Amino acid sequence: MLTFARWKYFAILVVLIFSVIYALPNAYPQDPSVQISAARPTGTQVDATLAKRVEGILAKAQISSKSILVENQGNLMVRLTDTDLQTRAADLLRPQLGSEYVVALSLAPTVPDWLQAFGAKPMPRGLDLQGGVHFTMQVDQDAALNKRLEAYVEDVRSTLRDSSVSYTSVVRRGNEAIVATLAAGANADKAQKQLRTAFPTLTQSLDGQTLTLEIPQSELQRISLDAIEQNLTTLRNRINAFGVAEPVIQRQGTDRIVIQLPGLQDTAEAKRRIGATATLEFRAVVGDEATAAAAVRDRNVPPDARVYYNEAKQPLLLSKRLLVSGDQLVNAIPSNDQQGQPSVSITLNAIGGQRMLNHTLENVGKRLGIVYVEQIPITQIVDGKEVRTTRSEERVISSSTIQGVFGKDFQTTGLSRDEANSLARDLKSGALAAPMTFVEERVVGPSLGAENVKRGTTAVMFSFIFALSFFLIYYRMFGLITCLALLLNLLMVVAVMSLPIVGATMSLPGFAGLALSVGMSVDANVLINERIREELRAGMPPQTAIATGYDKASGTIFDSNMTALLAGLALLMFGTGPLKGFAITMIVGILTSVFTAVTVSRGIATLIYGKRRKLKSIAI
Amino acid sequence: MKIFPLTLLPNDANINFMKLRWVSIAVAALIMFVAIGAMFTRNFNFALDFTGGNLVEVHLDKAIPLDQVRERLAVDGYDSAQVQTYGSGTELLIRLQPREGDASASATAHAAAAVMKAVSGEGNNAKILRNEFVGPQVGKELALNGLYALIFVIVGFLIYIAFRFEWKFAVAAIITTLHDVIVVAGWFAISGHEFDLTVLAGILSVMGYSINDTIVVFDRVRENFRSMRADPETILNKSINQTLSRTVITSFVAFLTVVALYIYGGGSLRGMAESQMLGIIIGTLSSIFVACPLLTLGILKVSKQDLLPKAKDEAALARRP
Repeated sequence: MLTFARWKYFAILVVLIFSVIYALPNAYPQDPSVQISAARPTGTQVDATLAKRVEGILAKAQISSKSILVENQGNLMVRLTDTDLQTRAADLLRPQLGSEYVVALSLAPTVPDWLQAFGAKPMPRGLDLQGGVHFTMQVDQDAALNKRLEAYVEDVRSTLRDSSVSYTSVVRRGNEAIVATLAAGANADKAQKQLRTAFPTLTQSLDGQTLTLEIPQSELQRISLDAIEQNLTTLRNRINAFGVAEPVIQRQGTDRIVIQLPGLQDTAEAKRRIGATATLEFRAVVGDEATAAAAVRDRNVPPDARVYYNEAKQPLLLSKRLLVSGDQLVNAIPSNDQQGQPSVSITLNAIGGQRMLNHTLENVGKRLGIVYVEQIPITQIVDGKEVRTTRSEERVISSSTIQGVFGKDFQTTGLSRDEANSLARDLKSGALAAPMTFVEERVVGPSLGAENVKRGTTAVMFSFIFALSFFLIYYRMFGLITCLALLLNLLMVVAVMSLPIVGATMSLPGFAGLALSVGMSVDANVLINERIREELRAGMPPQTAIATGYDKASGTIFDSNMTALLAGLALLMFGTGPLKGFAITMIVGILTSVFTAVTVSRGIATLIYGKRRKLKSIAI
Repeated sequence: MKIFPLTLLPNDANINFMKLRWVSIAVAALIMFVAIGAMFTRNFNFALDFTGGNLVEVHLDKAIPLDQVRERLAVDGYDSAQVQTYGSGTELLIRLQPREGDASASATAHAAAAVMKAVSGEGNNAKILRNEFVGPQVGKELALNGLYALIFVIVGFLIYIAFRFEWKFAVAAIITTLHDVIVVAGWFAISGHEFDLTVLAGILSVMGYSINDTIVVFDRVRENFRSMRADPETILNKSINQTLSRTVITSFVAFLTVVALYIYGGGSLRGMAESQMLGIIIGTLSSIFVACPLLTLGILKVSKQDLLPKAKDEAALARRP
């Protein structure tokens, strides 16, 4: 008979309340606003005084704001009425507030506090709905591997040297191994022992006097992974210093990084800041300028040295052995040395500091070279195919004499003011472990974004109106039930999509996903209603017909939706960007439509028809 | 005549679809071969997502002749620029292949500059609404991922349907679904309409829709095989007729919702909506005219034994002394 357990009603009620709470924030429009925060975590204050100052600047330019308040996390939010004012205000404030503050465009929520208390937030919107810049960057893993392997080779050499095992050569064999050829009569056992302590992860094999160190696959993978992780961190630092309210910086696949900067329009500036790949290398100077010039002239460069050039194209020999690299750098601040000359105060991490200490202990009075390395991406057409490579431009920026023993804190001098500033900035934001190239770039204007939101909502609204009016006319009372189920379905999809844990981003294809979920939900409801009609035609009494109709249709609904779900899963797994949003909407829509069609609509039908004793006919 | 209940189709529909099976399968096969032929001969009009290149969307105060824009772009080294109007005549969508030797890092900026130069004139302000650059490598990967997704879906369907129904049903459903996907894809090859990422998504969702429709019919076939005493052909016919009104109504309403997407969703969703509209029509027809007829042919011919719950038989056999 037509019955429906009480706890199920309760469950539906809970779902309804939950859906309303989490879907509601999307109904509140967001204020275009300008977010002002301190450029450095300490020092500058974001407070009422700053608010007064900002108010004054805006008043002078006759830009009226909704509010200027210090909001969450010590950010000053200037809420404005439209996006044009927003850009104007930001452009006005940026130069006037100077480099101590970061001025960013953002969208401030207007969701009331009681809703926020539940953790309810509006769905994050994709760039196609709010405008901004999207970059995909390719990380050059080969370069990262090369760099790391070269360092290995150098380390093997120095380990052998330090343990006084003489060798004739240490070379790389592809990406898998390092081959050390020991000198005749050298103690191979000792070498093996020393190397095992120094490189526990490498597997060794000895063949005569040839020692092969295999680099395990896992190690190579770790190097690649570390490289992309370090690049991610570096990019985050660079972008945070840059002033974008809610940037997205994500890894995609094994070697790509996706960056989304909502609200931003100036790609050139963004690219310059993101793509800067300067780093420093500290190397010991071998000989002096005269020896270097002679070495270049005679083409007789010592095996452990390499020729570098400075700004004035003067050659200088530096050790091949990398003493400290940019990734061991912790901080770099532009400052003035004792003579008032521009300099950069550098702080290294523990490992780098230790190496520097060891080196300076033995080499006071000798010279230390600092090499500025910049990766310049170049694209060439080879055999009709685009080939991306990077050229690294290296130049000696300083080769000062080591005055005394120092560890992790020291200063480097001999720079121009501009050089000191830009070097300090690039270094502070961290070095990239591997060079990157831009492989994809999308800029969406804010007006187009707003237009897309309007189009999307209109489209979804009309799909609903079309479907609902058909049901109301065709199925009458059961059409009404179906409509309620469909509306709850929409509410549920929006609520689930808004949950931060789902991590969905609303984009234009997402709207299509919503419309599609209407379609799926329609299918389930039609199956039920047609089944009930069928049972009625077969002569069943109304209540039995309803119950049988729901029972029989449920199995079909399950099977048909599970297969559709597979298609959604495929899209989620293999799609990127906006397609993922579409896939999530589709999957959520399918799941909720099964629930609303099978459970909710049955609950409502039971509520209407279940208690009537002498039910003669039903409106279907 | 009674107005209620409203029906689109007579309740006692009893059309002999099986009698038409040779005709319907032949027609479906013909359409499919045309689609495949079109894919090979005409190729797709792949969008930026797949080919790589630049896309710039600009808004102008006044409409200008498109040929003039093309010529000016060619002067700047963009030879095969595609220029088309978008919505009203004052919005232009311009597609450019990167110029030779243009580094990817500056391709967007160069394209934007060239477009601005080509479209702005006296008293005509241009504003860039959208500017995209996609590297060729990215596009290739997308196409490959699309293929993987297709394979994943097919294998997934096969396993699920074989598990829940029977392998003959699984194979028939997959053939039907592939037919639908090929026909929709073929349409994009024939019409030359742009094939972008959203179209790919649309086609994958067509797979979901098509299989859904087929499963509903198959579900009824399975039910009838278990409850009716009749030859397979009668059962198949009966099943199609019983689900006919559901199939037509669902498709009708689903079609309406996608039409809303097509009309109101704007240019970016048009391709997706188009693939779905077509998919719904083809998917509906194929679930009736292709899926069930397939179950009567060759090795796919179903019999009552295929669908009898096997577990029950074994349990019954086990109980015998």
